[in-house]
Amino acid sequence: MTITSQAPAAEVGAARKRKEDARLITGQTMWTENIVVPGMLHMAILRSPLGHARISRIDTAPALREPNVVAAFSGRDVADVQGSLPCAWPVTAELVMPAHPPLAVDEVCHTGEAVAVVVARDRASAVDALAAIEIDYEPLPVVLDLEAALADGADLVHTDQTTNKAYTWIFDSAQAGTGGAVDEAASGAEVVIRRRYRQQRLIPAFMEPRSVVVDATGDQVTVWSATQIPHVLRFLLAVGTGTPEHRVRVVAPDVGGGFGGKLQVTPEEMITYLASKRAGRPVKYTETRSDSLLSAHHGRDMIQDIELSARRDGTVLGLNVRLTANMGAYLGLVGPGVPILGAFMYNAIYKFPAYRFECTGVFTNTTFTDAYRGAGRPEATYAIERIMDELAVEVGLDPLEVRRRNWIGHEEFPFTTVAGLTYDSGNYEAATDRAKQLLGYDELRREQAARRASGDPVQLGIGVSTYTEMCGLAPSRVLGSLRYGAGGWESASIRVLPTGKIEVVTGSSPHGQGHETAWSQIVADQLGVAFEDVEVLHGDTRTAYKGMDTYGSRSLAVGGFALVNACKKVIDKAKPVAAHLLECDVSDVEFADGAFRVRGTPDGGRSLADCALAVFAAHDLPDGVEPTLDADDVYDPVNFSFPHGTHLCAVEVDTETGRVTIRAYVAVDDVGRVVNPMIVEGQVHGGVAQGVAQALFEEAVYDADGNLLTGTFVDYTPPSAADLPDIVSDRTETPAPDHPLGTKGVGEAGTIASTPAVVNAVVDALRPYGVDDVPMPCTPERVWQAIRNGGGQS
Amino acid sequence: MTRIKLNVDGVRYDDDVEPRTLLVQHLRDRIGKVGTVVGCDTSNCGACTVLLDGVSVKSCSVLAVQADGKAVTTIEGLAEPGGALHPVQRAFHERHALQCGYCTPGMIMASVSLLADNPDPTDAEIREGLEGNLCRCTGYQNIVRAVHDAAAAMADGGGAAPPQVPAQAAPEQREVAV
Repeated sequence: MTITSQAPAAEVGAARKRKEDARLITGQTMWTENIVVPGMLHMAILRSPLGHARISRIDTAPALREPNVVAAFSGRDVADVQGSLPCAWPVTAELVMPAHPPLAVDEVCHTGEAVAVVVARDRASAVDALAAIEIDYEPLPVVLDLEAALADGADLVHTDQTTNKAYTWIFDSAQAGTGGAVDEAASGAEVVIRRRYRQQRLIPAFMEPRSVVVDATGDQVTVWSATQIPHVLRFLLAVGTGTPEHRVRVVAPDVGGGFGGKLQVTPEEMITYLASKRAGRPVKYTETRSDSLLSAHHGRDMIQDIELSARRDGTVLGLNVRLTANMGAYLGLVGPGVPILGAFMYNAIYKFPAYRFECTGVFTNTTFTDAYRGAGRPEATYAIERIMDELAVEVGLDPLEVRRRNWIGHEEFPFTTVAGLTYDSGNYEAATDRAKQLLGYDELRREQAARRASGDPVQLGIGVSTYTEMCGLAPSRVLGSLRYGAGGWESASIRVLPTGKIEVVTGSSPHGQGHETAWSQIVADQLGVAFEDVEVLHGDTRTAYKGMDTYGSRSLAVGGFALVNACKKVIDKAKPVAAHLLECDVSDVEFADGAFRVRGTPDGGRSLADCALAVFAAHDLPDGVEPTLDADDVYDPVNFSFPHGTHLCAVEVDTETGRVTIRAYVAVDDVGRVVNPMIVEGQVHGGVAQGVAQALFEEAVYDADGNLLTGTFVDYTPPSAADLPDIVSDRTETPAPDHPLGTKGVGEAGTIASTPAVVNAVVDALRPYGVDDVPMPCTPERVWQAIRNGGGQS
Repeated sequence: MTRIKLNVDGVRYDDDVEPRTLLVQHLRDRIGKVGTVVGCDTSNCGACTVLLDGVSVKSCSVLAVQADGKAVTTIEGLAEPGGALHPVQRAFHERHALQCGYCTPGMIMASVSLLADNPDPTDAEIREGLEGNLCRCTGYQNIVRAVHDAAAAMADGGGAAPPQVPAQAAPEQREVAV
């Protein structure tokens, strides 16, 4: 192939339509629930109807007499082999970690906990036969309230433990040497603001219910699972079951959303494995939505006690955070670490001189909590952005002005914060200016003043959220220092096929993020091949054998780095081959615009495909040249990724009904350089939607007996199209200086930013009524009550 | 068991079904139309939406026996036989109206039905028209854009407006075994 000097258009930065879509819009998608294995049986799970109880008797034998039933067993039948589900993040050495058997043996500790299963020829038979299982419960006291759980003499969530406290984890800037002491800051402060915020419990509510197929009948155990973490699952399944790791294959086929909710090694995966072993047949389990809401892990659920000390001019002197975090009944895979991910973010974009953070993890008789989009960072951002608004009111400044007086100036990067992180880059001024302009901030303030003056029953509120976050999880050494059980690297492999087509293997595991498209764009540019000539493989440990998967806005921030490195290795391997083809010295070969050329010779170059064919034939390679261009890279990041931005929200609150209507929403995000602006905008839209949902719509609620009242989509209400506004999304671009593409993470940013923007707007609208807080979700009833009560905390 | 006849995406299927079988179960488990998916068990999410004689229904809320003698169009039967995408499918792709894609079959079918009823909807009409279909990824904004684009394309003759309803399979006398 002769190369002309025409440079191909850059793929990175283009709004390429997604490769993934073809199968998704035509119904050709391979969901786990679509997988059928010869001989496959179906499993149904009996779940505890009680929040806390002793299982005094259980007999699964009657189920075996039902038609089509092949196996039925309870926790007692597998007590010796089922082990305990893993918690990979024991945040302190003293952490209390109750055993978490996949199937409860003697005691159930939350409603929905699995107690027995039936395996049958078809799903309906399995579900029908659950009714034949005989089980007697002795109810035990149910512990639900976080503070009551910590009181002396409290009833216990687990009767074999002596406390409901899981851990206390502390960061103090005075001790860490990253700042002063908060007590001293508070004692010298002109203004001290104390607030309690409640992060309600949320449910990730991915649209595809979890599903798993296990075939444990052969030498190799194969697991198909709707998971975000096939590699982690493989490792922990091997360790947990004693199956040699090389005999475990995990496949995450097309996965229908996760949002952290599928960042888990689940009881259901382990139980399906046990069922396949016992039945000697492949077994499938797919949860119902009700099962999912009840038993898949929940998120958030924290009490935040915040104390902010400041001078009268709005300069913050210290921040003291006391967090009480609901673990639920067990410790999830990374559950204890979720609040700790927030610990480094309460100081946000600000130059606080003193900071203390203390988190106590508490057990309750509820579904265990774990990562949900943002995992710790939305909670932190909410609290600080809410209380910065309170400070603004207290000192009589515009909320943006009080932020400006405290934030890190763009010329101050890199900046080491009071929490000890070094923010690589950012420009809060630029994002804020752009957001103000797009919203028409000053004009809306004038309208607000007019409505207040006229006593308009529909008040206008403007909410501000100037956020940053730490993502791109994560430098392995940092994770190690935080006692996390694994590393934070990511892998990429490039296979150059003889025809010049490219297979890319990524260790990240997408479930809606568009990796197949974005990775193709990057590789196309790096290797000078066509976008269409790149195939991206992922999610099957047989092909993608090394990976840390997808969560924490890490795939591009970490995996993209590995991808670029691998591409560079391919070029390095191809250069001696190209030199041979070009009959020149390798030091004279340069690669640019998709062609290897003799330096200074614009025409007559050779493509990567030419080199690929040459190594395929290998008839005429120079001595010592390996006949392949394939290359791998595993990259361990040196720092987190710090996207930031300013979100502004204008709401109208009908003070007579409490109804909140979002009138305008502006999101200006700085996620560094972008590979695909269309995908980035989509991530922002979806992220904002979930943050708005926390602010206005969603809450998982238990009754006094520990029954989940929001166990269906009738009661747990993710917003529909009719509930959400159009948002105006724009970007500023401050490249990540250490990333070869300059990119930062984006997957969680919208969720992190938006919740405080909305609630700040609601509260801002109601300031004339003496309201300084509305608990989330800000339903019409709560807003109405706040107005009637003049609902303030101050 | 009850004998039913369905025309699904242009093919006739005769089956004996349990009376309790939902249409979506029948489509997925017996007919193999696994492009139509289940997202909830309370008919809130709309992921299972199909067209029944050209009108959108949540196939989790229809018994298979109720569909006897009717024509079902699923996401798999929406494109033209030659493979040309329906304007709504095209618009969803062009506008990045899907991410994980799990709600997409239902969202597309509901949008097709919406546009059949209202060929030129406003933003608000689209949002209200799709209220019965939940998406957790997109925030809906690009879905609204896509439906507008599809409406324009269909108005320009960029595709047959409502999908062709295949000739109905003749219902026949039957006794329902309970």
